[in-house]
Amino acid sequence: MMRIPFAAAVGLVLTALYFLAALLAPLIAPYGMAEIVGGVWEPSSAAHWLGTDNIGRDLLTRLIYGGRTTIFIATAATVLSFTTGAILGFLAAVLGGWADQVMSRAIDLLMSIPTLIFALVVLSVMPVTVPMLILVMGLLDSTRVYRLARAVAVDINVMDYVEAAKLRGEGRGWIIFREILPNALSPLIAEMGMRFIFMVLFVSTLSFLGLGVQPPAADWGGIVKENKDGIVYGIPAALLPALAIATLAISVNLVADWVLNRTTSLKGGRG
Amino acid sequence: MTDALLDVRNLKIGATAYPPGEPPQEIEIVHGVSFTLEKGRVLGLIGESGAGKSTIGLAALGYGRGGVKITGGEVWINGRDILKGGIRRLRDLRGAEVTYVAQSAAAAFNPAKKLMEQVTEAAIHHKKFSKAEAEARAVALFGKLGLPDPETFGQRYPHQVSGGQLQRAMTALALCPEPDLVIFDEPTTALDVTTQIDVLAAIKEAIHDTGVAALYITHDLAVVAQVADDIMVLRHGNKVEYGTTDQIINAPQEQYTRELVSVRSIQHEEKLPSPDPVLKVDRVTARYAGTGFDVLKDISVALHPGQTLAVVGESGSGKSTLARAITGLLPPTDGSITFDGRTLSPTLAGRSREDLRELQMIYQMADVAMNPRQTVGTIIGRPLEFYFGLKGREKRARIQELLDQIELGEGFIDRYPAELSGGQKQRVCIARALAAKPKMIICDEVTSALDPLVADGILKLLLALQKREGVAYLFITHDLATVRAIADSIAVMYRGKVVRYGSKTEVLSPPFDDYTDLLLSSVPEMKLGWLEEVIAHRKMESAGN
Amino acid sequence: MSPAIKLIAQRIALGLLLLFLVSILIFVGTLILPGDVAQSILGQSATPEALANLRRDLGLNDPAFTRYINWLTGIFHGDLGTALTSGQDIATAIGSRMSNTLFLAFWAAVISVPLAILLGLTAVRYKDRWPDKLISAVTLASISVPEFMIGYIIMYFIGVKLRWFPSVAMINDSMSLGEKLSAVAMPVMVLTLVVLAHMMRMTRAAILNVMQSPYIETAELKGLNSFMVIFRHAFPNSVAPIVNVVMLNMAYLVVGVVVIEVVFTYPGMGQYLVDHVSKRDVPVVQACGLIFAAVYIVLNMVADIVSILSNPRLRHPK
Repeated sequence: MMRIPFAAAVGLVLTALYFLAALLAPLIAPYGMAEIVGGVWEPSSAAHWLGTDNIGRDLLTRLIYGGRTTIFIATAATVLSFTTGAILGFLAAVLGGWADQVMSRAIDLLMSIPTLIFALVVLSVMPVTVPMLILVMGLLDSTRVYRLARAVAVDINVMDYVEAAKLRGEGRGWIIFREILPNALSPLIAEMGMRFIFMVLFVSTLSFLGLGVQPPAADWGGIVKENKDGIVYGIPAALLPALAIATLAISVNLVADWVLNRTTSLKGGRG
Repeated sequence: MTDALLDVRNLKIGATAYPPGEPPQEIEIVHGVSFTLEKGRVLGLIGESGAGKSTIGLAALGYGRGGVKITGGEVWINGRDILKGGIRRLRDLRGAEVTYVAQSAAAAFNPAKKLMEQVTEAAIHHKKFSKAEAEARAVALFGKLGLPDPETFGQRYPHQVSGGQLQRAMTALALCPEPDLVIFDEPTTALDVTTQIDVLAAIKEAIHDTGVAALYITHDLAVVAQVADDIMVLRHGNKVEYGTTDQIINAPQEQYTRELVSVRSIQHEEKLPSPDPVLKVDRVTARYAGTGFDVLKDISVALHPGQTLAVVGESGSGKSTLARAITGLLPPTDGSITFDGRTLSPTLAGRSREDLRELQMIYQMADVAMNPRQTVGTIIGRPLEFYFGLKGREKRARIQELLDQIELGEGFIDRYPAELSGGQKQRVCIARALAAKPKMIICDEVTSALDPLVADGILKLLLALQKREGVAYLFITHDLATVRAIADSIAVMYRGKVVRYGSKTEVLSPPFDDYTDLLLSSVPEMKLGWLEEVIAHRKMESAGN
Repeated sequence: MSPAIKLIAQRIALGLLLLFLVSILIFVGTLILPGDVAQSILGQSATPEALANLRRDLGLNDPAFTRYINWLTGIFHGDLGTALTSGQDIATAIGSRMSNTLFLAFWAAVISVPLAILLGLTAVRYKDRWPDKLISAVTLASISVPEFMIGYIIMYFIGVKLRWFPSVAMINDSMSLGEKLSAVAMPVMVLTLVVLAHMMRMTRAAILNVMQSPYIETAELKGLNSFMVIFRHAFPNSVAPIVNVVMLNMAYLVVGVVVIEVVFTYPGMGQYLVDHVSKRDVPVVQACGLIFAAVYIVLNMVADIVSILSNPRLRHPK
């Protein structure tokens, strides 16, 4: 009944592969994560498909474990950002009045500082640990989700069918979960893909700046930081995570695009 | 044939359709239509939505809107097939030989430019007139079209003038380059009825004085009867009937044309008021929060069981606000609302479930009045469950019963709103209201978004249901034909006040107050020469004053 | 003009209010969050005496409100405090770095803005044809890679493999403009790429939005050619959205600059900030954070003011 376009199928398969690799990292990685198994920056060979890194660890292993960390942090932060942002946004839309004003102005204030700068300011005084990273990234990003969720919900909330439900005497629960949510779901799910990509980029950037995942743990941004000095000598090890990030991001993007198109072309028909 | 200005031969037009959940398809929307138009004549194109009338009109400019493409046939203008010769030849034609008047002048004018620059642009661009000549022409046209201060009118920006004035300015824009043919695409549809008549008279006079030929596109047969020499009736992209205006109005040949001519001729016997009204609105005054003026001023009306009170008014009269006040969405600042003998709480939150059940509402836009993610069964079933606790087979049986009442058969219960036509959607909304077994239903412009024949069907259904269920309607509308068809009593609203109120016969019989007189006399009637009669009558009156 | 002036005055007042609130937020964010600043600067192994000394030096024993007022009045006098780690005056240290950063951002803007508008127009002109699709694909690719990755990719291929420009963007006052430009060539290239994608996409959307208006159809039906339709009718209505797009992306550039400076070890504000975040040098972080946020807020404010000014309804009231 439902045909998946080629691009979206490729996106789905690749995304699934990345998540699978993240889950099964200890099983599929050829060596231990922090295990030194060769010389510094060895070229690719049968033993080390992608060569070794700046202190002689297997680069493929580092990439697999790095993906695990990056994807885990990005997923957790996305979930946090989404639950916080969507719940507050819906609440603001349905409550309206001063509650909406207070929340929306507070969010405006938070959004008037660039996210990265804000994160740097906060991380300068907070311990840099994985839970702290997730918390900071998730909460800062929830402002974007709040804006979207509120805008979508406000649009739906003024529809005649919501008014009809109010006139019928329906409670707030029915209105949020039965009238608004089913119609808000598809833009939110598409946005979730975009937020996830942003989180991957964000945590990579922080790690690259030395303010994200701390060594010896691996993540994609950290691998770039460790191997960046090789660039000047023509050793491309630092570019491999770029490839990983870009393919993951593009895959998720293709899926998100498809979700959005499918639901808008249906004009709200069967979901 | 040779002296025809416009000669359309076997015109075929295609478009891309996007059926839900399926890949886009190429479809044909106009199937080989032919007609001719001679110099200085006006041809009316009439039909319901989807008839292809606007598409045919734009084809005379060699233009297709969106994904619309001319796929076959010929369009001859001034002895040349405009479809041959490419885009450069078309550009020479557009704005010089053929011009266009859009439905919404408010959107069709560039907001960033003064009116004069836009009105004269085509004439100057095509080197028909110098800048000074074009501006002099524009000023003369402004004057002829009855625009205020014709000398300085062009110095204004579009947002600085009213909708009716903009529509006249758009006509000036079309006439300024001295074209051979003007396409009028529903030029008065977006206007209030009292504004429409003046714009219509101005357009007719301008056409007459300049001797230009025109295609006049509209869905309103009574309007086109005032301006057109000939009429072509279209349906689903086919020509149904073509003849002189007199023949189409007075002696239609085809069944479909007869239906269009006789639309809104529903006969309805006025009922006498009973002693106990179901709804009593007493001295209600209301305003929106944060605004400084009352949108409803001291409104008192009553509605009797099983009867229809029509609330008539133009946009901004407060008629929809009255509905919001009655339903509790906009609590009045003063006055009271009594329903079935008990005083209703002014706010929605303060009303009992029984109050809510007995007072239902149907909306203008059925599309947005139904949750697109619920099936017809859920939409109609919810009030049954909510008010009466019906479940399972019992509920399903009752839903089917309601579907039968609104004349939708088996198989609709599991459909989504997107799979229904406009009329079917409105029927489902009626069924949802009926499911609550209400004593009264507020109908807010329920037929104004529908084509005349579909609207007629809805009105007949509402009357039949009223007879059977004894439900009362508060019927809000701007359309006096609808009022005549269904009302027992009428309240005329103007600027937040009820200016005239009583039984249908009383309200519609003289002596009239000024506003009601203006309103009633502005409704186009389906007879030739009506426009001239009204204008002459008004001139006499104003001369007499 | 009066409604426009009123709105602009309101918008400027809002901008000032935001700046004030942001200063509070940054101050509160760094000093009152859980976790003692002195503790985190010195680490878990610090002696109680050292902690007490540092607390005194930081003025941590004063109430927060007093500290905030002192900080804010200092800023108004151009005194940004002293860096904990080096004891240097922050205002002096920032001075030269800020001009370096502005130099970098200026050239990135000079190149990217016209290029983005040109490419955006091209995408609209050839909508759904190959130039449009190519532009969309490149956009998708470039927003899917973090800024620093683009930096290294360019450094690797252009700096290391092709050796066109130096890989490390050293810059100082004694260099000539030509030398300086050659030094910043690669960072400018990267920054341009980073903002170009967003700006192009948003420009395309803004113009397409205008091109779908009924008045564009009116213009076409007057027999005007595409050039005239775009420049006489679409352009006057696109100025506001495009300026808006440009300003938003300049704001985005502010953030991009932080990371790119680190990649090319360019002596600007961004690197200064990141260095001192790792060193937990709170006064420096506060000062830099406030400056970056201020630039961002001002650019957003300018964008809003431009759209107010270009709205005919507000310029020519009834």
